[in-house]
Amino acid sequence: MIPGISIYEILTVTSILFFIGLYGFITRKNLISILISIELILNASVINFVVINKYLYPDMLQGVVFSLFIIAVAAAETALAVSIIIGLYRQISSVEVKEIETMKH
Amino acid sequence: MDFSNFLAMRHEIILLAITLLLIVAEVFIPQNKKQSIVHLAILLFGLHTIVGFLPIMETNLFGGMFRTNGLIHFFKNILNLGVFILLLQSADWLRAKIFSQNKGTEFFILLFSSLLGMYFMISSGDFLMFYLGLELSTLPVAALAAYETTNRRSSEAGIKLILSSALASGVSLFGISMLYATSGSIYFENIIQIIASTDLTILGMILFFAGLAFKISLVPFHFWTADVYEGAPISVASYLSVISKGAAVFILMILLFTVLKPLMHVWENLIYLVAVLTMFIGNLFALRQQNMKRFLAFSSIAQAGFILLGLIAGTQLGTATIVYFVLIYVFSNLAAFGVVQAISLETGKEDINDYEGLYRTNPNLSLVMMLALFSLAGIPPVAGFFGKFFLFTAAASEGYYLLVFIAVVNVTISLYYYLIVVRAMFLRKSDNPIPFFKNRIYMRLGLLITVIGILVLGLYSPLYDYIYELSGIFN
Repeated sequence: MIPGISIYEILTVTSILFFIGLYGFITRKNLISILISIELILNASVINFVVINKYLYPDMLQGVVFSLFIIAVAAAETALAVSIIIGLYRQISSVEVKEIETMKH
Repeated sequence: MDFSNFLAMRHEIILLAITLLLIVAEVFIPQNKKQSIVHLAILLFGLHTIVGFLPIMETNLFGGMFRTNGLIHFFKNILNLGVFILLLQSADWLRAKIFSQNKGTEFFILLFSSLLGMYFMISSGDFLMFYLGLELSTLPVAALAAYETTNRRSSEAGIKLILSSALASGVSLFGISMLYATSGSIYFENIIQIIASTDLTILGMILFFAGLAFKISLVPFHFWTADVYEGAPISVASYLSVISKGAAVFILMILLFTVLKPLMHVWENLIYLVAVLTMFIGNLFALRQQNMKRFLAFSSIAQAGFILLGLIAGTQLGTATIVYFVLIYVFSNLAAFGVVQAISLETGKEDINDYEGLYRTNPNLSLVMMLALFSLAGIPPVAGFFGKFFLFTAAASEGYYLLVFIAVVNVTISLYYYLIVVRAMFLRKSDNPIPFFKNRIYMRLGLLITVIGILVLGLYSPLYDYIYELSGIFN
């Protein structure tokens, strides 16, 4: 727990982080930026879990353990996404979203 | 220490052993005999499917993180059967296209890992296990969608799937963190006792629902579906539309009927809205498709809308009809995808126009396709009719007459576009039809099982009674 800071301030920060990530996912034009936006969303939930555990239910460690697993899975997810992006880059020499629109309607 | 409890995890342990065995086989089988891995994998998975039908006891393991009971066990068998048919149908594709690039074994390893994730997801007893199962079932499929690395569309499908599903699981996690904040536990059993209808819980539930709706491709979250199905290899598309969707529907049903039951007055409105949107948008977009895979993608979105009718009932009847419908849907959709797979492998043609005059050249294939489409549309003699009829009964018995009326209107719309394909195959003549070809043994076996399923499941009523009996667990 951080002295002088209540749970409300931290939850406000994580909510803002979540919506920045969501906004970035919708508006970014670059695949890597979209990946970064997803990381923001995941990190918002990680902080949420840790903070809720620490402030509200300090006698159990469920939230902290959950957040460790989220970090590990997020790393796997990013590795896979980056490898697919590299595979795509070899074919079209671009990571822009507008270049991957051959399938529509 | 008593290890007999671990027998409750029989499905998971055997599948993991098969996956590891295939990795060893990949190392030790010499290069010129690699094709035999297909036979090995199909044989092992067939044995696994048969062993899976042995009865299992009802237990909770690992402090309640893993649980199993009759209905979950039965559903795992449905998934097994679906994957087995899928393996039979994709064997020829693997041998013709993929083993020449020297990456055939990975297909099985990734597919089985994903299935393992679904097992863990549907028998999860807390949100951590659920999340890990969800990710384990999604990530390998994204790798599989991008499997044809020389094909640009396949890579596009892969990147679209991984980014959308990562966003979905992120949103879902944010919802789970809110549920954790209000109840103080991630175990389903503890949450059931504490959960109350507060604003934070409702927000958490809606975010969580959004994540799962992504996997089932319900309407506001369906944008990835058609693109991924079109770009991905056909086996992977059929895996996504049948197995992945079925497992997600099942776990959503368990969670809504048990953990989130106190919020039913909220989620029934949510599902009402989503069901109407899903049915209309899925059907109306399916009308204007020319590509067979995109057509089946929108048809599977519409089918997911019908499944929600059983979900909204929230009773034992609802549970039984959903499981029964998913069982029939597995057979019907795999039959349709199997025919598309066979024709695409032989000729490379995937458009509806290319199917004109198919009956004159390939009568057997077009009959299978006709049965599959009739079953998807719900025309009486075949199984699909009974599945839909029971779903509508479940919704009507809870008083949702308007919703059932809307669903019946949608069945009529769907009949039109399914019959477009049937008309192209049987009534149209073409100057340049698909030439006659003979399928290999595996593909024929795969299509035969689906046809038997479509014809028998609807008429064999003890099966439905059996499912109804099992479904009592969750209500």
